[in-house]
Parts: sequence; structure tokens; C-alpha cells
Amino acid sequence: MEGNTAAARSPQREVVEEVVIRFAGDSGDGMQVTGAQFTQETAIFGNDLATFPDFPAEIRAPVGTTFGVSAFQIHFGSHEVRTSGDAPDVLVAMNPAALKVSLDDLKVGGMIVLDEGTFNRRNIAKAGFDSNPLEDDTLAPYQTLRLDISKMTLEAVKDLDLSKKESLRCKNFWTLGLMLWMYDRDRRATVEWLNKKFSKRPEIAKANVTALNAGHAFGETAELSSNLVGFTVAKTDVAPGVYRTVTGTEALAWGLVVGARAAGLKIMLGSYPITPASPLLHNLANLKAYGVTTFQAEDEIAAVCSAIGASYAGALGVTSSSGPGIALKTEAIGLAISTELPLVIVNTQRAGPSTGLPTKTEQSDLYLAVYGRNADAPLPVLAASTPTDCFEVAIESVRIATKYMTPVMLLTEGYLANAAEPWRIPDTDDLPSFPVKFRTDPEGFQPFARNADTLARPWAIPGTPGLEHRIGGLEKDSVTGNISYDAENHQHMTDVRAAKIAGIARDIPQQEIQCGEETDVMVLVGWGSTFGPINQAVRQAREEGHSVAHIHIRYIVPLPSNLGDLLNGFDRVLVPEMNNGQLLTLLRSTYAIDAEGLNKVSGKPFRVSEILDAIRTRMGDAS
Amino acid sequence: MTGTATGQLTAKDFTTDQEVRWCPGCGDYAILKCVQRTLPELGVRRENTVFVSGIGCAARFPYYMSTYGFHTIHGRAPAIATGIKLANPDLDVWIVTGDGDALSIGGNHLIHVLRRNVDVQILLFNNEIYGLTKGQYSPTSRRGTRSPSTPKGSVENPISAAALALGAGGRFVARTVDTHQKRMPQILKRAYEHRGASLVEILQNCNVFNDKVFSHITDKSVAVERQLHLEHGKPLLYGADDSHGLRVTPGKFELEAVTIGENGITQDDILIHDETNRTLASLLAVMEPPALPVALGVIYCDPAPTYGDGVKQQEEVADGEASIESLLRGGDRTWTVMG
Repeated sequence: MEGNTAAARSPQREVVEEVVIRFAGDSGDGMQVTGAQFTQETAIFGNDLATFPDFPAEIRAPVGTTFGVSAFQIHFGSHEVRTSGDAPDVLVAMNPAALKVSLDDLKVGGMIVLDEGTFNRRNIAKAGFDSNPLEDDTLAPYQTLRLDISKMTLEAVKDLDLSKKESLRCKNFWTLGLMLWMYDRDRRATVEWLNKKFSKRPEIAKANVTALNAGHAFGETAELSSNLVGFTVAKTDVAPGVYRTVTGTEALAWGLVVGARAAGLKIMLGSYPITPASPLLHNLANLKAYGVTTFQAEDEIAAVCSAIGASYAGALGVTSSSGPGIALKTEAIGLAISTELPLVIVNTQRAGPSTGLPTKTEQSDLYLAVYGRNADAPLPVLAASTPTDCFEVAIESVRIATKYMTPVMLLTEGYLANAAEPWRIPDTDDLPSFPVKFRTDPEGFQPFARNADTLARPWAIPGTPGLEHRIGGLEKDSVTGNISYDAENHQHMTDVRAAKIAGIARDIPQQEIQCGEETDVMVLVGWGSTFGPINQAVRQAREEGHSVAHIHIRYIVPLPSNLGDLLNGFDRVLVPEMNNGQLLTLLRSTYAIDAEGLNKVSGKPFRVSEILDAIRTRMGDAS
Repeated sequence: MTGTATGQLTAKDFTTDQEVRWCPGCGDYAILKCVQRTLPELGVRRENTVFVSGIGCAARFPYYMSTYGFHTIHGRAPAIATGIKLANPDLDVWIVTGDGDALSIGGNHLIHVLRRNVDVQILLFNNEIYGLTKGQYSPTSRRGTRSPSTPKGSVENPISAAALALGAGGRFVARTVDTHQKRMPQILKRAYEHRGASLVEILQNCNVFNDKVFSHITDKSVAVERQLHLEHGKPLLYGADDSHGLRVTPGKFELEAVTIGENGITQDDILIHDETNRTLASLLAVMEPPALPVALGVIYCDPAPTYGDGVKQQEEVADGEASIESLLRGGDRTWTVMG
């Protein structure tokens, strides 16, 4: 069938301003797909939104266990949405384990939609319930919608020639159909997606579409015959333009391509598979049509080295990984610093140390980015704050890397990489242009003679007649680039490498206050994915009357030149971070200010309430 | 500058003004001279040639070549070279490495550059010792090698560069000796002309930390009996007046040394070298005195499509010029908000 429109709705729909829904199920239940499709339909409907996919490290953890639960949370509303939501209003639980894991997060009085068909003794025991939660008072504080989704899905697709196992696999789409009905969303994009995804197995596409429609029809029918209520969340008022949803990974990949085009370069990505950074490799591997070459190297070191080789030969070398992989790349990054070659290093951070929690988010590689190399080896460090911000930060990283002949560390986080939000597609005429000029003139050529403004050395690539020269990781003469053991030359080169990076502060925007005023009493300073919860908490605190502001830092090295003065203007500086105080240390050591940390390393993003509580505690009762 | 991009170049045109800093008497000098002498004969252009090295004595090589040169980090030259070739497949890329650089810290990269068949030449200077760090045993040092880190002798088995290269799927494997100034150019030429990864192991004397380590092969008194110079299509003969040869031991899958005229052995019993035969190559690669001579020359050469060929094919299909508009607005998942 064709997805129907949002017209002709029952008058009983309840109007709400915002909703947080969590889809939770077994890792084989297709919860990420369900969440992504609900997101797509919600974006197309016109709501602002933020998502939080949260899945286990195991590809197929044992069925029915709590550690095998995969969840996808979406927060959408009729106003601007900045976070994926503190606590779900609605929990969709596809089995007892999913219920067990998410129950504590659910708002008291919230709604639970569960698949009764999975609540057998075995699954209940596996989930760790002492008794059947459907029969005791576990669910008393909530409104529970008990549906035998398994049975209804089997019933819906019974006329199609599928095995029971294949039929049951459609139950996530039955559930999606119901939830799309409940929030008055279209189904068209999902139907299109299914038909495309299963174009080679049309019977599977048909079964899932059938289940989707059956779930939707169930909502419509039950609404008339029972107390099942549908909701309406009005469209968000947003700027006119063409929109789409993007994940941080997509935005980052596209930003790199746009940046490379702006520089007039091809991209050579050297990468090695690692969670949660691999999707960037997958994404770029599909962009050959846009001048991207990808190289899946034999290890992390080869990945960065191939990117350095590519930059040496005149492409834009890019390497991407997560913390453990970045640690392996550090010696090579030092080589790129020493030989002054452009390179973009993307670190999609995850919880550590060591292997840590590969699928859980954290922002604990700031020290690694800023300090993590042997000797005095400075490089610019930029951090993305939202999925869509990844686009701009990627372009900016390419600009700085090529203009200043330096590796740039781009920090993103597992949470940003996987999360999606609507994005107003920029007009291509508004995209920047910063073409690279390779050195071609042999007259007076010296490999390490510098541009007086940027202190960048010339980019002279093999294949250029008359510019044959040698570079390497040994200290170089400050002009000729020949090996130099001269003491004064080493002092000079160390100084100039530092001055070059510090000078980038003149070429980046001044730090702005994201929310609040310079005259406020307290400022919350963040970086990376904490943007949403900090900003939301500060807004709420201001509504409560607290004199508090929010500063979010994109440029970590070098810091914006006005940041010190700005911070000194506040009585209190609070630095919320998903680490043990890394930006905090950097700010304290740079500006000698008495900043205080608010730290969380649970593998989960901050809740707005956690930050708001911290503000209230420090500011006392609002005046 | 002397020479031009297109004119006749000489060895001098490939020499830099940098003072060569190897120890006096080091085998590296001879290899450098040979390479500088051979490049003009290959008709290469200086601006199109890149020497990439890792770390170690051999790794200083690029500073002495007036081409493009990149002295990188320990063991990683093959990975850097792969990136160079991906960015610009038209460049001639030579990797200069040593036994520690290529077979210890960089072993992984050597395996994979060979497996992928990246179109580069790898010159592996094997002196069976760590020279630049003052004489520790290396992965090619023989069992019992006494060194500062093995005062009672090494208890490890050495690795064979040529056997490793064959095992990794290398399509060109050759071996030569630093002092073989007449034979080495031919081997360098073959390596250069081979499309794909070519590995040339060069037995190189470190006169400071491992002097005469190859004298049991290279001394004039034994050379003729212990070196077998391979030629494709020619019988595997060696020794004074080609008096010895190799055959497959009857009833066993192994090579044995035989003397022509003894025990009824004639020229017809001697194996013919077929450099495209990987099985034969794997037997030749590991031959050691005293039972068998050392195989020198092109052990294996059997070209196959290169890594660059495959990459280029996919890129040609994709063309690389698609518009940003199509990237950002591609697909059917966009929607318009009216003003």
C-alpha cells in the first residue's frame, strides 16, 4: 500500500510539545533500524529531533540477556530539541530484558509498549526478574500497553510464504507501524526504504511492509474500540530550506569531501577497522565519485603512514580511528608534525582506557589529542559538538591543515557519530573555497623557507621538476631542510613549530557565548557532544533566574585568543565533561583560573537534570 | 643544477651535496654507487623518482639521492610508499630498508606491500645486525650470534627475507651482494621493470659490528663454490667451470648438489631455472652453504595485476568529479520547509 497522509485523524489525539521514545529489544530485533526509520519519518514530518543509538559491543549477544539489549532513543518536539532526552516518556520493550534494562530510566507515569508474547518463564528469568513483571506490581507506576506483538505479526504475514522465523523478524516493523500511528507520522519513506533495501528479496520487503501496515491499522482500530490514545506533536518552526537527516558520520564524511574540494585536492583516507570509527571508512569508501580513495590498511600505523605518504605526494591525507588506534598512530603523527605535512586525523572517541567500552561514548582523549606525542609536538585540535557540526568542523580541519601545513586532530565521539538530527543543507554557492597552491617554481626554492604570515612551509610534491628535495623525521635545517644537528637550529625549529600552531589563533573566530551574558556570575564551559545537555540546562537555569552562561569550545588548540579574558570575567567556571577533568586541566593550566569540574564517565551522555542540579547546587536558590 | 628532466643524466646527476655519513668501509657505499650508476641507464626522471626509507643505517640513503626523498619512521616505509603510490601512481617509488627495519619492526608492512602487489621496488640491505643502535642481533642474525644484547649468543632462528617475501605472495624476489657491482645493476633493472612489488635482498657487510658475516659466501676462495647465479631458462650450475649443479633428489622433494661426471650425472640431470615457478623459487630461496650454494639473481618473477591497477579501475568507473550538489542532496530523503 501507499503510506497514508496525516489527514483525517481522530479528534481524540492529545497534543504534546515533546516526546522521548526509547525502542529497546534484543540485538537481533532490529531496534536500530526501527529507530532510524522512526527518526526519518519524524524529520520529514517536520519536528526537530535528536537521537541516541545505544547498542552492545557484541554483534549477536546471547538472545534474551540484559547485556544483549540494543536501544535507540529519540527526542522530538514542536520546539528546538538539543538533547536525546533525559528520561523516556515511552518505552517500547520487545522482550523482558529490554524492559529490565530501561525501566529505571522511564519517567514515572510513562508509557510502556511491550510484546507480551516474549514474556515466557525462560525469558523472564534470563532478564533477571524474580517474578513475572506483568503479574506483580513492577509496572504499577506506569501505563502499560500489553500487546502480543509476536502473535499479531505472525497473523499479519501468515498468507505470505515465509518461515515462522522470518515472519517473526517482521515484528519490529509491526511495532514501528503502531508507533507511527501513535505519533501521527507518515509511513511512505519507510515503505520506500524497505523496497529498496530488499529489492533482491521482494517477499521480505512485502512482509515487512505488511507488518508495518498491520501495526498501524491496529492503532487505528484499537483507538476506536479501546482507550488507546494517539498524540500530536506539532511541527517545529525552522528556517526555510531543504532539509535531510544526517548522522555525525555522514556529516563528517561530506565535510571532508567539501573541504577537499575547497582545497582542490583529492582525499586519500587510510584507515583500519575499529568501533565506533569504522562507519566513516564505510561512508568514504562509497564516495569514489567525489574524488575519494580509501585504503584499508594492515594496521593503524600503516593507516596513518599511508595518509602521510598521500599528503607528501599531493593529496589530502586523512586517517580515522578511535582512541586505541590513535594511540598507535602517535609516532607517525610526530613525523607529520616534523615534516610539516597536512593531515586530518579523526578520533571518534569511545570509553577507555585500553579496549574500554567500545560502543559507549566518552570524551576522554583530549589529553591524547593535545599532549599525546613524544617531545614538543604541537598540532591544532578541533572538536565537533553536534552531528551536523561535524560537517563544518571537517571543512575547517581541512582548511587549517592545508593552509598551515600541519596535521589536525578532529575530535568527535561515538555518540555524535551514530546520532542523527535534521540538517538544513547548505547552498553550494555558500561553501568555502581555499585552493592549495603547490610550489612549482624552482627559483629560490627551499623546502623549509616559510610564509611570513602563516609560518607554513611550501608544499612541493614529487613529480615537480627542479624541486627535488629530501625530508624526514630528523631535525632539519630551518631553510634547506637538510639534516641539522645544530643546537641553535633545533631551538629555533622547536620555537617556530610552536609559533606556527599558536598563530592559528589569529585565523579562527573569537569565542562566543552560546547562551547568557559576559556579566553572568557563573559560566559552564564545554566541548564536544555535551553541547546539547549543557545548553539546555543553562537555558532552564536562566529561566529559573540563575545568572549562568554557556561557552562551548570548538578550537581546543589553539584556544580562541579572547577566551582567557572571557573566563576571567565570571566568578565561577564549571566544566562539565565526559572524562575525569581534561579540558578542566587545560583551562586551569592555560589561564590559571580556579575552574571546577563536573565529570561523568558512565559511557552515557549527560542528562540535562544532572547539569541543572549542579548549577542549582552552586548557585543556591534562584533570586 | 646539473642535468635536465629530459637530457642524458649521469650518476653525478643523482648525487646530492650531502656528506655521506656511513662508516668508512660500509657496504652501503657500494650499493649507493651502484644505484646512482644504474638509474641513468633506466632512463628515469629525477623529479619522478622517490626514495622512501624507514630507520637504520640504510635509511639514510634518500639524503644522498638527488631525487625526491622521504626518510620516515622505523619500519613504516612500505606504508608511506603505498600512500604515495595511491596519491600519484605515476611516480617511481623505491623503498630502502634494512633487516631490522623490514623484518622486525616493519614486518607487517613488508608482508602487506608484497601481498597487495604495490608497484614499488624494495631494496632490503641485510647485514644481519642492528648497526645504528650499535650492534644488537637482528631478525636475520644466525643462531649463536653474540651481540651486546645476546652476550651468550642468540637463541633465535633467523628469518629468510626471500622466503618470507614468497610466502607473502611477492611476485618478484631477487638477491644480490653489495660488492657485486657488475651483477647488481642487472638485478636493479629487472626490479624496476617489474610491474608490482619487487623485493631485492642485498647481502651487505657491516664492517664495524658484523664484519665478514657473509665471508663464507663472498670470500674469493669460496665464492665460486658457494654462489649460484640464477638465469631464467638456464641450468642451475655453479662451481669452477660449472662443475656442479642442482637436481631434485630422486624419490624426495628436495634439491641436492651434484657434480657433473660423478655417479653418472650429466648436464641433462640438472634443473633448468624457471623464474615463474614459485615452488622452485621457494626451494632456491632457502639454500645455504655448506650443503647447497646461495642463490643469487632473480629467484622469482611472475607478474600479476598491481594494487594500483585495481584501484584505478574502480576510480575510472567512479570518475571522481561528481558534484557536491549531488552529494548533499542526493537520495530521496530530503524535504523542503517553505518560508
